[in-house]
Amino acid sequence: MDTLRQVRFVWKPAAVLLCLLPALLVVTDAFEITGRLGANPVEEIQDRLGIWALRFIMIALAVTPSRRLSGWSWLSRFRRMLGLFAYFYVLIHFLTWLILDQGLLLSAIAEDLTKRPFITLGFTALVLLTAMATTSTAGMRRRLGRRWQTLHNSVYLIGVLGVWHYWWQVKKDITEPLIYAVILSVLLGLRICWRYKKQHQ
Amino acid sequence: MQHFPPEPGLHDCVAGGKPLLIKKPVAIRPSEITSKDNYLSRRGFLKAGAIAGGALLTAPVPSAVVPTETHATLKNVGKSRFSTIETPNSYEDITTYNNYYEFGTDKADPVRYAKEFKPHPWSITVAGHAGKTGTFHLDDFIRPFDLEERIYRMRCVEAWSMVIPWVGFSLAAVVRHLQPTSKARYIAFETLHDPARMIGQRSRSLDWPYREGLTIAEATNPLPILAVGLYGEVLPNQNGAPIRLVVPWKYGFKGIKGIVRMRFVEKMPATSWAMAARKEYGFYANVNPEVDHPRWSQARERHIGSGLFASKVPTKMFNGYGEQVAHLYDGLDLRKNF
Repeated sequence: MDTLRQVRFVWKPAAVLLCLLPALLVVTDAFEITGRLGANPVEEIQDRLGIWALRFIMIALAVTPSRRLSGWSWLSRFRRMLGLFAYFYVLIHFLTWLILDQGLLLSAIAEDLTKRPFITLGFTALVLLTAMATTSTAGMRRRLGRRWQTLHNSVYLIGVLGVWHYWWQVKKDITEPLIYAVILSVLLGLRICWRYKKQHQ
Repeated sequence: MQHFPPEPGLHDCVAGGKPLLIKKPVAIRPSEITSKDNYLSRRGFLKAGAIAGGALLTAPVPSAVVPTETHATLKNVGKSRFSTIETPNSYEDITTYNNYYEFGTDKADPVRYAKEFKPHPWSITVAGHAGKTGTFHLDDFIRPFDLEERIYRMRCVEAWSMVIPWVGFSLAAVVRHLQPTSKARYIAFETLHDPARMIGQRSRSLDWPYREGLTIAEATNPLPILAVGLYGEVLPNQNGAPIRLVVPWKYGFKGIKGIVRMRFVEKMPATSWAMAARKEYGFYANVNPEVDHPRWSQARERHIGSGLFASKVPTKMFNGYGEQVAHLYDGLDLRKNF
């Protein structure tokens, strides 16, 4: 098998299963097969899915720098899939909040969306990711032409919104949001460096 | 670091030349007539007392004794009319999901990192405008009071709640016993500061030691207790052993744990969460569904243990204890004094 076929028929299906694992673990933990969700299961589910959403945004953003640094061009074959998994985790994180945490209570949802800045930030990221996910097909890319790239550049903003959303939500100890802020700075910083170099060549 | 004397006898706890905390109700001191093992149990205590002279049986007997072993059962625990009839949360929920930043900032940290903590020997320093000041061995500090079970609702500022069967004694009785002077308008409490024993204090997650406070009027209300037990047993380390404050109409962070200092002061003392984020946490911290935390709503709460699909329940003013405490805040703007 050549590399492209290997990626398509072996590595991609394997990666899909791997990417589904955190969500699967939430389900098996809920039934106490693999572990437990603890005293506050709703909070635990929400936190776990949220952190995985942020991790997948970071992983998707790491594809291009990794490809450039390693020279493995086949890495970009995983980019869309990883982006869609980021969207998947953001979406189920949001649905957990909407259904399990807020209990679909519309007045509380509307109040939180407008009055709680960290929820507004998270929701903005969700809206942008929805636009990106629905235009991620080859057909949509063709149809949108140049505007496609502009729209999909919003992933950088989504990264910032995600880290900010996490940062504002913690009560006091900002160690973990800080780690994500550093990772994001490196991923975005590399791009800025490369762009600067290109312009000054 | 303060040095705590190892297991001093009844007479050793004298500080600054001041006499012992305990007012002797009988001529014969318990320590003179019973061995240490014996006075750990009230039955043994009473039997020995009866043998020694019978006087003990008629005089009011100071009773609170708290053993040092984890999971040891507390004896002579009375019931209280202030207990809620709501079903308490499971022992597991209460002891595995709570905030105690001295042992880490995650709610699963305290149970993990407080396991090796040894809350004995322990002493409490009483200072400031009070008749009885000094450093007291915990056993001596506790002994004059009666243990009671108080099943209280607990509402965390993070918008979750539990029902917890504490065992403790009335803070009002303690305050009366310590005889504050007219200058004492507030009580300031402090937690042990010992990063060698409390791993969370090695990081600057809060400005250590943890500090809390109450007005004298709040402290002498019948509701607040100093808790030394949970579910009829000795208080587990992760919940604030050996002694902690419980103020059921306030957010949980007012319930300072591992107390080593009480000061009777004139001015409103600085408190840890207000020091950490002045705009988010105030001195009073009364449970109030109408005053939101700047970053989240306080209108509703998630009741721990109600399951994955239960909806949040409305939060009650003063956590449902308004009848007993609302009068304390007459004329006070609770929006400003949150």
